[in-house]
Amino acid sequence: MTQPLLAAYGLGVTIAGNRVCSGLEFAVMPGECWAILGRNGAGKTTLLHTLAGLRTPAAGTIELHGKPLAATARRDVARLRGLLLQDDSDAFPATVLESVLVGRHPHLSRWQWESAEDMRIARDALAAADMAGTEARDVRTLSGGERRRVALAALLAQQPRLFLLDEPSSHLDLSHQLSLLERLAAAVHRDDKALIMVVHDVNLAARYCDHALLLADGEAVAGSAQELLTAERLSAVYRVSLKAVAGPRGNLFAPD
Amino acid sequence: MPRIPAVPALLALAAIALAAFALALSAGSVAIDPEAVLHALFAPGDSTQQVIVRELRLPRAVAAFAAGGCLALAGALLQVLLRNSLADPYVLGVSGGAAAGALTMMLLGAGAWLVPGGAFGGALASTAIVFGLARGRGPWSPTRLLLTGVVVAAGWGAVVALILSLAPEAQLRGMLFWLIGDLSAPPATWSTLVALALALAAALPFAGDLNALARGDTAAAALGVDILRLPWLLFALSAFLTAAAVTTAGAIGFVGLIVPHAVRLVLGNDQRVLLPASALTGGALLLIADTLARQVAAPAQLPTGVITALIGVPTFLYLLRREHR
Repeated sequence: MTQPLLAAYGLGVTIAGNRVCSGLEFAVMPGECWAILGRNGAGKTTLLHTLAGLRTPAAGTIELHGKPLAATARRDVARLRGLLLQDDSDAFPATVLESVLVGRHPHLSRWQWESAEDMRIARDALAAADMAGTEARDVRTLSGGERRRVALAALLAQQPRLFLLDEPSSHLDLSHQLSLLERLAAAVHRDDKALIMVVHDVNLAARYCDHALLLADGEAVAGSAQELLTAERLSAVYRVSLKAVAGPRGNLFAPD
Repeated sequence: MPRIPAVPALLALAAIALAAFALALSAGSVAIDPEAVLHALFAPGDSTQQVIVRELRLPRAVAAFAAGGCLALAGALLQVLLRNSLADPYVLGVSGGAAAGALTMMLLGAGAWLVPGGAFGGALASTAIVFGLARGRGPWSPTRLLLTGVVVAAGWGAVVALILSLAPEAQLRGMLFWLIGDLSAPPATWSTLVALALALAAALPFAGDLNALARGDTAAAALGVDILRLPWLLFALSAFLTAAAVTTAGAIGFVGLIVPHAVRLVLGNDQRVLLPASALTGGALLLIADTLARQVAAPAQLPTGVITALIGVPTFLYLLRREHR
């Protein structure tokens, strides 16, 4: 039987005394794409960081590839899962290639320098993020969308099995939103990886995700997209009246 | 931004440092040519030249190099820790604490050994205060740390002014020279070099982690870096280095701020290169500055700190301009 890449048992998460979820149970299998949806302040990022092992859950356990997350060495965790942060800042000058190579950190031992293979992985990641040819540029001269793609390339260079993405489409133009998510989803299906993304665009979620976590009023519901990504459910989450309209690839959701 | 490869860059810096040593050992009121310097260093005997080189110039040169290396390395570590290229032992009040500690000992008329002891205690106390207050109950915040450091540094400034106003006339000149930074009679030489080597050896295994930390706490944690313990290592090492430098050379400014910044602009921010390169450059810079301090107004000797400021400020401004061009 295939093992889930990530599983939560009785997961409770709180932030500053507010409950994000409690008793949450779900398992992310290889080849699955999950969306985390909820209103601003519902705790989507907090939940994502908890799943990444950056925060201790208030209750319950998280298993990464069958082992308790809390008992797994940091490096091993960083080889299994990668996290795209909501935003990142660059305090120091660095070239695009250097920024992407930082993604190789979990794969290098203390005294090891990046090999030709690491360089190749980084360049491939840049090409996959549609940033080929920018290797020598200073990251601080890039636009918001270009920086986002460099951050995505660093994540690809990390080569995790589980992608945790915090608003991957932010700052990206429509064509890059589609092409990059298309690429990630293809990698998930082809290489038995998995993806969990916090996303605000319900139509992007519906297009790429087969499962969802809906966060509302201190409770989280996990389930399949069929069951959860419905006009009725989403209207309740966002407190906006949404209607499903037939689109070229399944339903699209639009406000009434 | 094409980068110079690491090994040639470090070799070139080592060569510059050696050249600075050669200059420091041969220049002075008695000029000694490089060949005679080598002879004086390695051949047996105790001619006047040999005594000048071995017992006067070499200890001073070693002290200058080691103190400069310590300050630059401390600055480099603090800059990653705070993710701010304005961080340096001076700005954060670590040097201020050391100065206040040392001057207190001078004022009390304590013996030669207690002055460096006071500096060391002051540096450690200041670091503990800054990081203790800045940490509070929340997580490390670079901005809060830097602000706390600036305020604490201002506080030490007041303490130093108080000590100076209480000090008797006879002690005032010595204290002022010490405050500006002075290498005319270093109390420690080789031990400072050992301290520099130890700190560099302790920091280098974590250089890869520092590269991740430079991208932010959360980003580093996501890449598997222990972001709870690493900051403690960084601040303990930088306090140790600052104390060693201040004990050796007095309160010399600008080296910790300018050297890592300049190295970063030329060689990039890879900490595996930046840390050793900063130590070498800082050492060479302070050694050249000290040689100039001995020569410029000879027979009078200037405080070394004046020279570092005179070299450092224009260099910094030039590099800053180049970066934004």
